Amino acid sequence: MSTFAAVVLFIGVTAYAVLGGADYGAGFWDLTAGGARRGRDPRHLIDQTLAPVWEANHVWLIFCLVMLWTGFPSAFAAIMTTLYIPLGLAALGIVVRGSGFAFRKVVVKTDQQRATGAAFATSSVITPFFFGTIAGGIASGRVPADGHGDPVTSWVNPTSLLGGVLAVGVCAFVAAVFLTAEARTRADAHLEGWFRRRAQASAVATGAVALAGIAVLHADAGRLFDGLTGRGLPLVLISAASGLASIALLHRAEPRLLQALAVGAAGTVVVGWGVAQYPYLLGTHLRLDEAAAPDATLASLTLVAAAALLLVVPSMALLFVLHQRGRLDTA
Amino acid sequence: MPGLSLVTVGASLAPADPAQLLPAREQMAFTLGFHIILVPFGVAFTFLMLIANARGIRRNDETALLLARRWSQVAAVLFAVGAVSGTVLSFELGLLWPRLMGTYGAAFGIPFAIEGLFFFLEAIFVAIYVFGWQRMRPWPHFWTGVPVVLSGIGGTLSVVAANAWMNQPGGFTMRDGKIVEVRPLEVIFNGAFGFEAIHMLLAAYMVAGFVVAGVYAAGMLRGRRDRYHRLGLAIPLTVAALVTPLQIFVGDIAAREVYRNEPAKFAAIEAVPTTGTHVPEVLGGYYANGKVHGGIKIPSGASLLSGYSPSTRIQGLDAIPAEVRPPDRLVTIVHLSFDVMVGIGTALLGLSAWYALAWWRRRDLPRSRWFLRATTISGVLAVVALEAGWVVTEVGRQPWTVTGHLLTRDAVTTSGNLWLFFAATVALYVAVGATTVYVLRLLRRRWRDQGGATETDVPYGPARGPEATPAAGQA
Repeated sequence: MSTFAAVVLFIGVTAYAVLGGADYGAGFWDLTAGGARRGRDPRHLIDQTLAPVWEANHVWLIFCLVMLWTGFPSAFAAIMTTLYIPLGLAALGIVVRGSGFAFRKVVVKTDQQRATGAAFATSSVITPFFFGTIAGGIASGRVPADGHGDPVTSWVNPTSLLGGVLAVGVCAFVAAVFLTAEARTRADAHLEGWFRRRAQASAVATGAVALAGIAVLHADAGRLFDGLTGRGLPLVLISAASGLASIALLHRAEPRLLQALAVGAAGTVVVGWGVAQYPYLLGTHLRLDEAAAPDATLASLTLVAAAALLLVVPSMALLFVLHQRGRLDTA
Repeated sequence: MPGLSLVTVGASLAPADPAQLLPAREQMAFTLGFHIILVPFGVAFTFLMLIANARGIRRNDETALLLARRWSQVAAVLFAVGAVSGTVLSFELGLLWPRLMGTYGAAFGIPFAIEGLFFFLEAIFVAIYVFGWQRMRPWPHFWTGVPVVLSGIGGTLSVVAANAWMNQPGGFTMRDGKIVEVRPLEVIFNGAFGFEAIHMLLAAYMVAGFVVAGVYAAGMLRGRRDRYHRLGLAIPLTVAALVTPLQIFVGDIAAREVYRNEPAKFAAIEAVPTTGTHVPEVLGGYYANGKVHGGIKIPSGASLLSGYSPSTRIQGLDAIPAEVRPPDRLVTIVHLSFDVMVGIGTALLGLSAWYALAWWRRRDLPRSRWFLRATTISGVLAVVALEAGWVVTEVGRQPWTVTGHLLTRDAVTTSGNLWLFFAATVALYVAVGATTVYVLRLLRRRWRDQGGATETDVPYGPARGPEATPAAGQA
């Protein structure tokens, strides 16, 4: 029962990492798109691509929080009392990101768009960084089972910094591939090239970070390293292969296939983390079944998950399909 | 107090409050107070939008369609701000109240899980609806708005179920300070769920109705008395005027439920020093040193209202064990907030009756400028009443977070300097709040300059060709 709840939770984490991550990554490219004139076209595409979907993608985060605090309440409290600094900063980053994006769509003067856009874009880079450090702190076993771990070293440490940088890189990569595919769908060769170059650059950079990360994990988070090179190895390899394939096929492949490969590359990393950590929730000191809520609660969460499968997944598919077919007017 | 465990009380007698208690409470109150203003616009404003939309399609009414479309743009901005400020609340439950979540999450969390589901549906269909005006056919587009309204209702009921559970907790068994058994249906349908949930839902419809009506009443006072403004006033005010009497009825039931099942809160609401019969209803005044000072006393009023008889016995604040008795200051806050809420509710009932009477007699808005003035301020008043109602239920539960089980000072986190977090949050929210107002005024000015329907604003028109880039660059 607790394993099932953990799987549901991790589906949420993966969905947020990939879908929410792509939205954050779009903010990365928005931030680095250059001055008002030069960055106008890419920003326009980012705006149109993100507008209808970012809120729905954002709800995955709420889903994860709720699943965690209901299904594994003591672990939730432990994480919150230890990693409160990056969590607090991430929460404020979310406010800046979401409201900045919503405001930018309405204002028209260049300086106002610059201010709201900068708020959106900067926080789109900072927020996933903090989430990455949080993941690193949890994965490297720095959250004690009773909470109140070290408020600084729990997220300022090699694995957390790796997690933060990797999160920003993966988000940027996924977003660049998505936006390349989107530009191709719109038959915009200029923008397609613009995002393709960035997809390639971010793939190389993220790949390099991931390779360096092997050494970091080996030195700093032995158990995670063992898990990723043992049980999780197939997933890590799939991730690397998907990443390479998406870069190799970036010129030719169907947009849909490109998106699937980017999702695969990012998603399998997150799933790999989960597989490597099983059956522990925190380090090697709190097992899933120890942290789990009573069965009736887990059964309720299962019902909610089933309802989500029946209601939310088709609705979200409808949103994505309408969006991809250009039925949603985002101008 | 029912369910009051002496063990918990004894355990909490120990040392002074943690340093985090005050900033945590201030921050929770501030962020919740901010978020709750946005709630009616996600929950009920979308309903007003659909009324205008349906009317527009059915009667081929361009003005109604224009209103619906513009309202959906406003709703989109407010929904975004509400989504992120709601996320902050989720974080805060853990960051500020880890011992509430760590110990009671297994029960308390269940309604939130259901709420998550509704939030998903709402976010998805808000997007489809808001961005569907140009390229979807009218009725299918209308129907994509219906799940927004329904999930808004479902979400409200779920979140309020969680809050109601804090007031009247149930559905769980504890052993050695841990929840060992949960009965989910009892958690959700706890004693306070029914009246609290309906009360909040109706409040959301009142706030949205009066606020939106107020905006157009202000425009009419400035001489813009075209059909656009009249319809913009009539649709929301009709909804609000229908809901208000219902709300007063539900509020009356709620007060009697609180009297029966949350006697400590009721004692604070009525500022009753000692248990007894023939308890007067005190309007205004303040509570200090075991006495009510000032205010207007209606003899036996409170007894009559709670049990239909002057001999109805009401438990006073003296019946609460001293160590969990709310301080005088809090009693005054709860008592005055209740008076403010009921006072405003009564005034809004008067406004509703005025509107209903004019409509019944002449099928038209009341002609008096005073009617427009009253409608203009009714929105602000409704928001004040909403906040006051939340103060009653939240402050009225103190010193408990989970009544009878967990004291607020035992729920709060014990790590970190929360004042820094609070200061950053206030600064950010002030900026976001100010920008939200600015952006809404910008929309209003843009629409005013456009006047009535312009080509780009006509919904369900032919698809437009390539146009100017709206979101050009920044640094």
